[in-house]
Amino acid sequence: MKPRLIVSRQMPAPVAERIRAEFDCPWPEGRDMTPDEVLHQVTTTQAEALLLTSHLKFDAGLIGRLPAHLRIAATCSVGFEHIDVAAARARALPVTNTPDVLTDCTADLTMLLILAACRRAHEYDAIMRAGWRRGYGLGEMLGLRVSGKRLGIVGLGRIGQAVARRARGFGMTVLYSNPRRLPAEIEQGATFFADLREMLPHCDILSLHARGGPTTAGLMNAETFALLPKGAVFVNASRGGLVDEEALIAALTSGHLFAAGLDVFHNEPAFDRRLAELPNTFLIPHMGSATIETRTAMGMRALDNIAAVLSGRPPIDPLWN
Amino acid sequence: MVKPVLLVTRRLPPAVEARASAMFDARLNPEDAPRSGADILRLAQGADAVLCCPAEKLDGATIGALPATVKVLGTFSVGFDHIDIGACRVRNLPVVNTPDVLSVATAECCMLLILAAARRAGEGERMVRAGGWAGWAPTQLLGTQVSGRQLGIFGMGRIGRELARMARAFGMAVHYRDVARLPPEMEAGAIWHDDDASFLAASEVLSLNAPGGAATRNWLDAARIAQLPRGAVVVNAARGSLIDDAALIAALRSGQVGFAGLDVYAGEPALNPDYLTLENVVLLPHLGSATVETRNAMGHLALDGIEAVLAGRAPANLVR
Repeated sequence: MKPRLIVSRQMPAPVAERIRAEFDCPWPEGRDMTPDEVLHQVTTTQAEALLLTSHLKFDAGLIGRLPAHLRIAATCSVGFEHIDVAAARARALPVTNTPDVLTDCTADLTMLLILAACRRAHEYDAIMRAGWRRGYGLGEMLGLRVSGKRLGIVGLGRIGQAVARRARGFGMTVLYSNPRRLPAEIEQGATFFADLREMLPHCDILSLHARGGPTTAGLMNAETFALLPKGAVFVNASRGGLVDEEALIAALTSGHLFAAGLDVFHNEPAFDRRLAELPNTFLIPHMGSATIETRTAMGMRALDNIAAVLSGRPPIDPLWN
Repeated sequence: MVKPVLLVTRRLPPAVEARASAMFDARLNPEDAPRSGADILRLAQGADAVLCCPAEKLDGATIGALPATVKVLGTFSVGFDHIDIGACRVRNLPVVNTPDVLSVATAECCMLLILAAARRAGEGERMVRAGGWAGWAPTQLLGTQVSGRQLGIFGMGRIGRELARMARAFGMAVHYRDVARLPPEMEAGAIWHDDDASFLAASEVLSLNAPGGAATRNWLDAARIAQLPRGAVVVNAARGSLIDDAALIAALRSGQVGFAGLDVYAGEPALNPDYLTLENVVLLPHLGSATVETRNAMGHLALDGIEAVLAGRAPANLVR
């Protein structure tokens, strides 16, 4: 008999195919479920496993009501702000995420944000969609060259390191701030700053790759934006909570920042509409891991975690030990 | 000492105009008004040099009628299709251009087009800005991964090689098609193809970086598109004439080409209006070299060449 699984949201086709082959699941392709629907489905189908995504608030209230036959909850995401890990531990419910598999994809998107912000891709796209009627003068609509610039990376974890690798292909000088200095083979010549404030004046382009949460909330604010050189470019494909958007909008409006590229926002999807009224922003809807390859790999990794626990092995990517 | 007179046909970046005014008695065009051949002949009276732009057509008649005082013609471009070079030779008028300095900016534009097209950034941008973002979903706007893919570069000149360097940092395997194989130090591991079929089959991402002209007109046609892997990404920041637009549009509709990114168009600034009906294309208005740094470097190089000719020296950027 196949193990019983509930999927709380739509999955890419190859993931749904594997679910169909290996699990007993009423909606292998998933559908958007509320916490109450999840509880109802898990209970009525006697499910042993739950595959969820960040849309589901997996809080103490829901975890506490889950029946004992549920043996694992796997989130198809690397972030787990939507999960009350302490409540899961108290209930002895293994919960897992999907690290590693989205590193390259997110680093690619970060380079896209850097290029698009520096090269005014939003304004150029708008010109074309409006029917482009004239050539531009030689001093008109100019962007900034990316190659050879100084790139500051806040948080040189897996994704930060992958961004640094790509940036070196553009001959960029890499600076980083991190809770601790990393060994030389990871640094690859990048310059370490223990204090973000010390690094900012040296950054032509700044990219955030730090964790979310209370210790980093509002890391970029009026004071820290002011420490960047005039005309700097700011990109964020990590967490919207790292940025005081009021201060960002002010810096973009005053011209202190040349441009910003954002994949994440303080409030998603109800982001601050003033960002969309600025010409010097490039805004995309949290697409860091949005490739067929990566989303499939994330779903597969979540299923690997589920299969491990259901066959009595330890989870591969546990959120608590 | 009296400074030589330089006619500048169009408005240039401020740093370049400042230097032009310091070096020369510069006749600038602060309104950036377009200049006809007749305008140029009128404004060039008494000038020692002319710095023109690709927007002006300097045909044989215009070159022949330039005042005898004009000793050098500079163009703010790497290409010189707009200048009758034969007529310049007859008139013994040296021409200087701006090679090399655009390569990096144009290669960056190619990489931007590749990433933006493959990752559906145009669609995402328009959706967010129009207020149509309903929230994150695991299957929303799924693009295709760029890093680790095979990149085919058609035309491995300076820009192609700069693009190859950037692509290697994304872990891409670089394939190229050119008339001859490059020496190993220029190849840097890229794989040469001496026929279209094997090159196209390897090109999960195809970037056109060849010159325009009759030899490459409509190179990317329906037959060649059919040889690409299904769902390939196609980008062009070289010349619009390289692509058979109707064939590419059909392939973008059928899914044979998954995504395209274009900076140049046949007949620009007009373009095939069907492109505007497609979501899976990213379109830029021929601004491949449009960075402050590059345009300044172009201007300074053109001024250096003009200065060299007027001083009786051989310019490094003489068009031969």
